[in-house]
Amino acid sequence: MDLPLIIMQLLSGIALGAVLVITALGLTIVFGMLGVVNFAHGALFMIGAYAGLYLASLTGSFWWGLLLAPILIGAFGMLIEFVLIRRLYGRSIDDPLLLTFGLSYILVEGVRIVFGSDGIPFPTPPQLIGVLDLGIGFFPRYRLFVIVLVAVVLVALWMTLEKTRIGLIVRAGARDPTIMQVLGVDIGRVWLAIFGLGVGLAALGGVLAGPMRSVNPEMGSLVLAEAFVVTVIGGLGSIVGAVVAGLMVGISISMVALFAPEMATIVMFALMAVVLLIRPQGLFGVRGRTA
Amino acid sequence: MPKSGSTSKITRRTALAGLSASVALFAMPRIGHAADETIRIGFPTPLTGPFAAEARDQVKCAELAVKLVNDKGGISGRKVELLVRDDKLNAGEAATRTLELIEKDKVHAVVGALSSAVQLAVNEVTRARGVIYVSISQSDTINEAKDFSKYTFHEALNPHMTTAAVARQTLKKGMKVAHLVADYAYGHEMLRGFKRAQASIGADNVGEILHPFGAADYSTFIPRLMSMRPDVLCISNFGRDQANAIKQAVDFGVKRQMKIVVPVILHNQRLAVGPDVFEGVVGGANYYWGLEAQSKSAAAFNTAFKAANGGAIPTDYGAYGYSGVGSLLAAMQTAGGTDTDKVVDALEKLQYDLTKGPQHYRKCDHQSVQSVLVLESKKKSAMAGENDLFAILANDASSDDMLRSCSELGHAT
Repeated sequence: MDLPLIIMQLLSGIALGAVLVITALGLTIVFGMLGVVNFAHGALFMIGAYAGLYLASLTGSFWWGLLLAPILIGAFGMLIEFVLIRRLYGRSIDDPLLLTFGLSYILVEGVRIVFGSDGIPFPTPPQLIGVLDLGIGFFPRYRLFVIVLVAVVLVALWMTLEKTRIGLIVRAGARDPTIMQVLGVDIGRVWLAIFGLGVGLAALGGVLAGPMRSVNPEMGSLVLAEAFVVTVIGGLGSIVGAVVAGLMVGISISMVALFAPEMATIVMFALMAVVLLIRPQGLFGVRGRTA
Repeated sequence: MPKSGSTSKITRRTALAGLSASVALFAMPRIGHAADETIRIGFPTPLTGPFAAEARDQVKCAELAVKLVNDKGGISGRKVELLVRDDKLNAGEAATRTLELIEKDKVHAVVGALSSAVQLAVNEVTRARGVIYVSISQSDTINEAKDFSKYTFHEALNPHMTTAAVARQTLKKGMKVAHLVADYAYGHEMLRGFKRAQASIGADNVGEILHPFGAADYSTFIPRLMSMRPDVLCISNFGRDQANAIKQAVDFGVKRQMKIVVPVILHNQRLAVGPDVFEGVVGGANYYWGLEAQSKSAAAFNTAFKAANGGAIPTDYGAYGYSGVGSLLAAMQTAGGTDTDKVVDALEKLQYDLTKGPQHYRKCDHQSVQSVLVLESKKKSAMAGENDLFAILANDASSDDMLRSCSELGHAT
C-alpha cells in the first residue's frame, strides 16, 4: 500500500468527519446546555438539506442556500423550543426525548407529502465542480471546501463561546442556571438561542451533505445514529469531544475501508464500545453526569 | 436503535390481532358462493425505505393490470382486488404481512417483494401454505432447487441474465475490471454474474470492494478503486445506494479514468441525481418506455399507464408489477378461476406478451424467459425531452439460452 493512497484516504476521512463534527456539535451543545436529547436532530438535518436546495433554486445561487437555510431552520428550531420543548424543562429526560422522537416522524412525513419520497438532485455549486490535482492524486473540490468551511465555523464558534460576553453567559448558564437567574440573566432567552444554534448546525450539516449525497426524506436517520455515536465517544455535552470524536470516527471509517471495506460501518460502533469500556463518560465527558 | 424495538412490538401485537381476527373469521359462517367471490391478490412491497420510489411504481402498475382485467368484466365474472402491504424492506415484516394476507385476507395468490431477503421470506410462507407466489425481485435464489416449490414463479430478470447482457456490451478481452458491490445477496449474485461473464469474455478482475448495504458515503472506497486502475468499474448495488455511489464516484473524477457499468440501471435513481452524473453509465433493464418505438406491446402498456396516471410514464420496476400481476391474471383466465393446481399448470403453459415481447415461465424453475435491454444514460444536450433518459444499446431477444441450465440450479432434468 503506497503513501499517496493512504494520504488520499486520510483526506476522505477528514471530509467525512467534517460533516459528522458539525452535526454532532449541534446535538452535543443542546444536550450539554439544556439536557435535551434531541431525537429530531436527524430530521432537522434533512429539513436543512431541503431548505438549502429550495433556497438555492429560488435565488439561483448555492451560496444563498448555504447561508440562509441554517438561519431559517435555526429560527424554526427556536419556535420548536418556544412552543414545545420549553414546557418540558425540569421534567424527566425521557419527556423531551419522546417529544422530539415524535417530532422527527412528523417532519419526515411532512417532507414526504410536500416534496415526495423520491430523492431529488442537489447540484454541486459550479465553482466547486470537479477535482483538484494535489500532486499525489485527485480530490473533489467540494469536499475540500467542506473541510475548510467546517474549520472556519468551528473557530468562529469557539471564539464566540470563549472570548465574548455572550459566550460567558452561555457557559455559566450551562453550569448553574439558578445563579444566573439570581444575577438577573434571562436564562429562558439563552436556552432559546442555544436550541436555535443546535438546530442551525444540524441544518448546516444537511446543506453541506446535500451535494455529496442525493437529498431524500430518510437521509437524516443514518446521520442521527452517527451523530449519537460521535457524541457518546466524545463525551455527552463536550464541544471539544464532538470535534475530536467526529474526526476520529471519519478517519477510522476511511482507514478501515482501505483494509477491510465490509467493516467500515461497524468500526464506528466498535470504537464506541471500546471507549465506553475504558472511559464510560466519553473521551472528554465529565464523570457522573447523567443529566 | 429504538425504532426497530418499537416496530417489533407493534408487529407482534398486529400479528396477535391478525391471528385472533382469523380465528373469528373461521368461526363465522361464510356467506355467499365461491363463484362470485372476489379474487384477491396480495402485494407486499417496500413502500417505506430506500427502495420506496421503485416500490410505488410497482403498486401503480399492479393496480393498472388489475383495472384492465376488471374493466373487461373480471375473471369468469369475478372481480379482482389488489391488497397492497408495506413490507418495510424487512424479512420478518414481510413474513408477517404475507401470513396475514393468506390467513386473514384469504388471498388467492401473492405477487411482489423487491429485495432478495424479503423475497425469500415471502416464498417461505407461500411455499408452506401452498399459495402461488410470483416474485418481482431481481434475486433468483428462490429458483434454485433448495428454495423452489411448484408454487414459486419468478417474473423479474435474474442477475445472470442482466450481467451477461451488460458485459457483452461493455467488456472486451484483456480489459481490467474492478467491482464495488453491496454486501448482501443482491450484490453477491450480481458480482458472481459479472465474474462469470468476464471469464468467458477474457477480461481481467483487478479487485472487488464490498460496501455495507444502505451506506450514505462511498468516498472512502473510491481512492482504492482508482488505484486499481481498471478500464471498467462495475457498481452492483440497488436503489439509493446506486445513486449515491455513482454520484460520489463521479465527484472523484472516476469517469475520466474508467467507464461506469451497473447490472441494472434505475430510472428513478437517474432522475434523483440528474443527467450529468449518469452521463455515459451503462446498465441492464427489464423495461424502458422508449422501447415503444420498436415494440407494440410497450406502446400499448405506455398508453394504458399514461391514461391511468395523468400522463406519467411507467418505469422499469413498475413494469415488473404490471407483468407479474398481468401474467398471473392471464393464467387465472385460462384456468377459469383460482384453483391453485390449475393456475400453476396454466402459468407453466402460458405464453404472454405484456410489456416488451414474448415471455414464458421455464418449466423446471419457473423463471420468466424474456428479453433483456442494455441502456446508456444520455448526455443532457442529447435528451429530446425530460423523459428521454436512455439510449437503447441492445435488446437481446428472449431465449432459454440466457439462463443457467436447470441442472446447474439443482433441478432434475
